[in-house]
Amino acid sequence: MRRAGLPYLLLLPAVLFELLVHVVPMLTGIYMSFKHLTEFFIRNWSAAPAAGIDNYRFALDFNGAIGRQLLQSFWTTCAFTVLTVGLSWLLGTGAAVLMQDPFRGRGLLRTYFLVPYALPAYTAAITWEFMFQRDTGLVNTLLVHDLHLFPTAPFWLIGGNSFWALLITAVWRTWPFAFLVVTAGLQNIPGDLYEAAALDGAGTWQRIRSITLPQLRSVNQVLVLVLFLWNFNDFNTPYTLFGNVPPPQANLISVQIYDTSFQNWNFGSGSAMSVLLLLFLLVVTAVYLLLTNRRGKADA
Amino acid sequence: MRSSRSALLTLAVATALLASACSSSGGSGSGGGSVAGTTLTYWASDQGGSIAQDVKVLTPELDAFTKQTGIKVKLEVIGWNDLLNRILAAASSGQGPDLVNIGNTWSASLQATGAFLPISDDVMKQIDGTGRFLPGALAATGAPGQPPVGVPIYSMAYGLYYNKAMFQAAGITQPPTTWDEFIADGKKLTKGGQWGVSVEAAQTPENAHHAFTFSKQQGGSFYDSSGKPTFDTPQNVAGIKQYVDFMAADKIANPSDAEYSNGTEAVKDFATGKAAMLLWQSADATLAQYGMQPSQYGVAPVPFNAAAPSGASHVDSIVAGINLSIFANTKHKDAAIQFMKFMTSQQAQLDLNKQYSSLPSVSDAYGDPAFQTQTVKTLQSVLANSAAPMPAVATESQFETVIGAAVQNLFADAAAGKPVTDQSVAAQLDQAQQKLQAGG
Repeated sequence: MRRAGLPYLLLLPAVLFELLVHVVPMLTGIYMSFKHLTEFFIRNWSAAPAAGIDNYRFALDFNGAIGRQLLQSFWTTCAFTVLTVGLSWLLGTGAAVLMQDPFRGRGLLRTYFLVPYALPAYTAAITWEFMFQRDTGLVNTLLVHDLHLFPTAPFWLIGGNSFWALLITAVWRTWPFAFLVVTAGLQNIPGDLYEAAALDGAGTWQRIRSITLPQLRSVNQVLVLVLFLWNFNDFNTPYTLFGNVPPPQANLISVQIYDTSFQNWNFGSGSAMSVLLLLFLLVVTAVYLLLTNRRGKADA
Repeated sequence: MRSSRSALLTLAVATALLASACSSSGGSGSGGGSVAGTTLTYWASDQGGSIAQDVKVLTPELDAFTKQTGIKVKLEVIGWNDLLNRILAAASSGQGPDLVNIGNTWSASLQATGAFLPISDDVMKQIDGTGRFLPGALAATGAPGQPPVGVPIYSMAYGLYYNKAMFQAAGITQPPTTWDEFIADGKKLTKGGQWGVSVEAAQTPENAHHAFTFSKQQGGSFYDSSGKPTFDTPQNVAGIKQYVDFMAADKIANPSDAEYSNGTEAVKDFATGKAAMLLWQSADATLAQYGMQPSQYGVAPVPFNAAAPSGASHVDSIVAGINLSIFANTKHKDAAIQFMKFMTSQQAQLDLNKQYSSLPSVSDAYGDPAFQTQTVKTLQSVLANSAAPMPAVATESQFETVIGAAVQNLFADAAAGKPVTDQSVAAQLDQAQQKLQAGG
């Protein structure tokens, strides 16, 4: 009996911490989403009147200002995430494949590529913010003053271009991770596969298509999912670039939720949006895993 | 990555627990008796243009307070972009400082949270404050009819700052007193790399303050008498359009200003000769930081419309200023009240307001020659005669947020060359009001 209990006892601290760090905040968030939790009740949450599903109704009423803005930021976030994940994966995989064969200075280059990933998010994004400023930024100095590509200096931090500024910053921050993971994956591909292919007369492109990519399958499956979840939830990059009022064209859903909670002091409504986001990401993850696993099995 | 993230979280939780344990262990000296030896935590707002500057200004005062009373003060200066969030977090967790500076326009909102100690007549007596404060400044300490939730320590008003050399070069002899003159002058001053006026067009509070004043001059109001929001009235639309038109139609403000969000960039442009005029509250200390001497600029009241629309108020500034509040759940109430008494004493008022180029909030400090200058007299007269407090309603801070964002979006349109019309202004205001009401 004592023997049987010991492992559970040893696990207990970890379980308690897991509860404290992950489960309790999540349940609190769900609880808050059913309350009219505004500034009048932040000192005593339990006194906030019950809201039923009001908060969800507001968030999903796409004729109202809040619902419309949430829907728009949802689509913006989808486009942003798909592009960021796609570009980061492409850059990361491309660079990893190019670095696959040993050459002088390979280690140095690999380390260099990882620098954006090693920099703190805030430092990196604020540097981009300086570079994107219209009058004094490096980007316009290069594009307008040196290369004369535009007759007047474009804006990058407001208006339509802000989406591209956000995308560039996010890809810059994300692709080294893809590079790192794919590089690790490449180490596991047996060298004799390439030798056999070379004997059969396969070219570089054919080797990438028939050996490298299929062998990276399981790595990519996890990589794409992780990149998707990170970018869909990313708060640091947009908040550091644009501050608390992002341009409508680059209004990501995480900032939208922050604004609702902390700028408009409506924690109930912000929590409802968070819960909706959580549900959406759960569904996407489940469907993705289901599809990729099934296809993996069919291939095998 | 995941494990490092949870490790970080664990660390953060552990730190928080440790911090709260420390702060509660320090909470001994409550209630009567001697307060010497206690330590107060004080969150100051950023008044000096940089946090380092504030620490430099405040430290000698706090030392003097410690010498006088034996009470130590732990100072933290918090930037404007974080202050409201930090107060909110402190209010919801119950873990906060003993005293905090607030922007006086937030008074009614923060009063509604119950986070602050009401300043009863009794407390007012304890700080020797009865009858000493400027009535206008005291009006901005909470909703009417309720005990205030703080006392004013620095008072400010908006003025028109103008560059004397640029005015002379353009042949302008007098600062403009009407908006027509202001725009005509602005056009004369806009040439080369120089603009007529600089605006902090992406900063929420600045935008909200101007929206309020311009709307008042059009006879508008953002709330009706029962406290219900009335955002998209024709008067409010006209007021906000008039302000955004500096960039959109009159072209006297640099479109790049639409990016200015940190609260110092417009001042810097004015100080460094990129713009000839600036509408700002008590800017002298910040201008000096950017190297502009008081002799280089003049200060005049903000202009009015030549022909006032019907119902217009004679308002050209908000009652701007900083209040000092005590957190309701402080464990050092007596010591905190002593600190409030010290900060509103004649000497501290003189010292601090001189350095921050703000106006004292107590009448007995005005005899000092430092507050007899032309600039101070101009701003003092604005504060006494033509400044109005921002709406004293519980949703005031949301009002600033949503209106500030609406004006910011309109400036972004103007910068992109999109037309700013009555319809587009009304649409932004309508959206802002829906957001505000969803919060209530």
